[in-house]
Amino acid sequence: MNPTEAIATTEASGDTVPSPWVVRAAWRELSDTTSLEIAPADGSTPRFQPGQFSMLYMPGIGDIPVSVSAYSDDGKALVHTVREVGAVSAALCAMKAGDWLGVRGPFGNGWPVDAAADRDLIVIAGGLGLAPVRPAIQQAIDDSGRGGKTVVFYGSRSPSALLFRDDLLQWAVSGVAEVRTTVDRAEPGWRGNVGLVTSILDRAAFDAESAVAFVCGPEVMMRFAVFDLLSRGLSADRIFLSLERNMHCGIGLCGHCQLGPKFICTDGPVFPYSEISDLLTVRGL
Amino acid sequence: MQEATASQVSLTARHIDGLIEALREDGYTVVGPTVADSAIVYDEIASTADLPEGWTDMQQPGKYRLSRRDDRALFGYAVGPHSWKKYLFPSSLKLWSTERAEDGALKIEAGPEEVPKYAFIGVRGCEMAAIRVQDRVFAGGRHHDSDYMTRRESAFIVAVNCGQAAETCFCTSMGTGPAVESGYDIALTELLDEAEPRYVAEAETSIGAAYLQRLGAADATAQDAEAAQQVVEKTVASITKELDTDGIKEMLYGSREDNRWDDVASRCLSCTNCTMVCPTCFCHSVTETSDLQMSSFEHTRQWDSCFSMEFTYVAGGVVRDTTRSRYRQWLTHKLGSWIDQFGTSGCVGCGRCIAWCPVGIDITEEAAALRKSHESSPKEVEDAT
Ligand SMILES: Cc1cc2nc3c(=O)[nH]c(=O)nc-3n(C[C@H](O)[C@H](O)[C@H](O)COP(=O)(O)OP(=O)(O)OC[C@H]3O[C@@H](n4cnc5c(N)ncnc54)[C@H](O)[C@@H]3O)c2cc1C
Ligand code: SF4
Ligand code: SF4
Ligand code: FES
Repeated sequence: MNPTEAIATTEASGDTVPSPWVVRAAWRELSDTTSLEIAPADGSTPRFQPGQFSMLYMPGIGDIPVSVSAYSDDGKALVHTVREVGAVSAALCAMKAGDWLGVRGPFGNGWPVDAAADRDLIVIAGGLGLAPVRPAIQQAIDDSGRGGKTVVFYGSRSPSALLFRDDLLQWAVSGVAEVRTTVDRAEPGWRGNVGLVTSILDRAAFDAESAVAFVCGPEVMMRFAVFDLLSRGLSADRIFLSLERNMHCGIGLCGHCQLGPKFICTDGPVFPYSEISDLLTVRGL
Repeated sequence: MQEATASQVSLTARHIDGLIEALREDGYTVVGPTVADSAIVYDEIASTADLPEGWTDMQQPGKYRLSRRDDRALFGYAVGPHSWKKYLFPSSLKLWSTERAEDGALKIEAGPEEVPKYAFIGVRGCEMAAIRVQDRVFAGGRHHDSDYMTRRESAFIVAVNCGQAAETCFCTSMGTGPAVESGYDIALTELLDEAEPRYVAEAETSIGAAYLQRLGAADATAQDAEAAQQVVEKTVASITKELDTDGIKEMLYGSREDNRWDDVASRCLSCTNCTMVCPTCFCHSVTETSDLQMSSFEHTRQWDSCFSMEFTYVAGGVVRDTTRSRYRQWLTHKLGSWIDQFGTSGCVGCGRCIAWCPVGIDITEEAAALRKSHESSPKEVEDAT
């Protein structure tokens, strides 16, 4: 073998070194969750596929993977929705319009929205898991030529932890998607469902035999959702999950995100269940 | 390699000094084996006087020690705790630096200043193979490590066909040695049949050939070429450690719940030694540092290990939270999933992880035990009937 056979030539910039971006707007979504509308400082127009993530870099603190949760209305900025859980995410949540940050990406594959072109699209999301699938739901809804319907099942801890209420309401009211929500714990005034997201899958009709499902949320929740979908007759290669692992590079070099032979950052984060079923069922892989 | 006989030349230690000098004159930082802290390590060298002349190493699971040879061999030992990855994939590297202006604007600049141009003296077959493995990791995928590629492309490689293997070597099982397969500029075979060692040298690249020509050495005699071949054959015959690679990926994928992982976990200290000495391990972590004014920042990368607890930390917990799960990840990755990821085994059979494991865990023994258990597992029996 030629020693340099494996060595390819060029290097896309923005992959290994962050580009400066600026916050155009920041708003609280929930008590611990903030959305940031950010745009490249050089005025270029960002592109992404629903399901992809960026590495958001706070100088002096670090960089973390965060999914793109929407395009801005003018298409010139990307929205990221961050929950405060530690050092970097807390710093991101404290950002204001006009602040600068570094961005690498977008990385990873995306949700295969086209696979649902003529099929019902079932989205099952838990908690913050609605953020990475929101752009896929939006794309499916915007595709006027689509055959199947769109059903969104969404569960959160409590009514006050329901993310993107305006979108959920707008989708439901305008009839572009059927929306079913549930909470683990009710609060005064809540008249909706209480229980796990899998407990409300009967609340909307869909063609299970042919449907495509996008599942995103805590891994335990996804596991339950998958078993439920399988038992309803969905085929394992049409159930897609977005996985989360520790990530330091986002580009297949640091080794942190491995799950068996998969690099979550470059082979995923979205996988058909058929590709990872044997991996997800082993503890501590 | 025999077919290149015509271009084989015969060198002495003085010629190798000439080569080192020529490389240094041409701006190469010449690095090679040298004795330090009771081990043969890789460091900058100025001449053959810095090489471990007359030294050899005794290696066993959990053991490494130097002893004297009764000849003046410059390359009469196997591999030590260092590997060339410390030059191509430095243990710590600045990835970028950031300046924040008064108005908050950021300026972010790529990585390290200048990358040295290295010449490696004494790269073994398994080590050449390890470099080719890391080529696939850092330069063969969708995203590239440009620092690695710059270092790699400018490196000049003087390889050595092994005349002495250690007890821990199993390159023959991995198809990586003891002869250097390809990828070098010049390869040497050390002949020790006279008081003065001689070297049969051949070039694989035109730049290697040009350096050999500059040395003005005579062509190797047919006898010396033949003797060089025998050196390698003798080394092959001396290697006893084995690893059965037949269907190993499937075997390991089928062994995820094997009890052997608990057995090895009861011995493994999760110390990370095996991953630090391994010439193919590439895992790393990043850290961010800042000055006191919080206006300039550096993002650096350091070698990390799948044996460290925080490696798989996600808010809410650690994914591989037991030594069992971490050792399983390491061995299964090395010998199995690496093949799916990079089209090659992640192990080149150098034996470093065996010698430098403080409790003497032997990857070949663990793999053999897993295979034995796999082959006698109830599922297999069922399948067979
Ligand atoms: C593909 C992907 C998409 C994600 N999308 C979002 C999103 O849209 N919104 C959001 O709020 N969060 C998202 N996360 C999770 C987010 O990356 C973590 O919450 C974040 O890394 C925590 O960093 P921290 O510094 O605030 O916390 P700390 O607890 O201080 O974390 C320390 C370090 O551990 C690692 N780490 C900790 N938790 C995680 C985690 N869950 N995933 C990966 N690395 C982790 C990071 O390297 C982090 O810097 C995503 C994660 C992945 C892998
Ligand atoms: S796993 Fe052990 S024997 Fe194999 S290449 Fe790494 S250090 Fe050498
Ligand atoms: S196998 Fe040995 S060297 Fe590797 S982490 Fe365990 S104790 Fe350390
Ligand atoms: S995040 Fe570094 S390899 Fe995937």
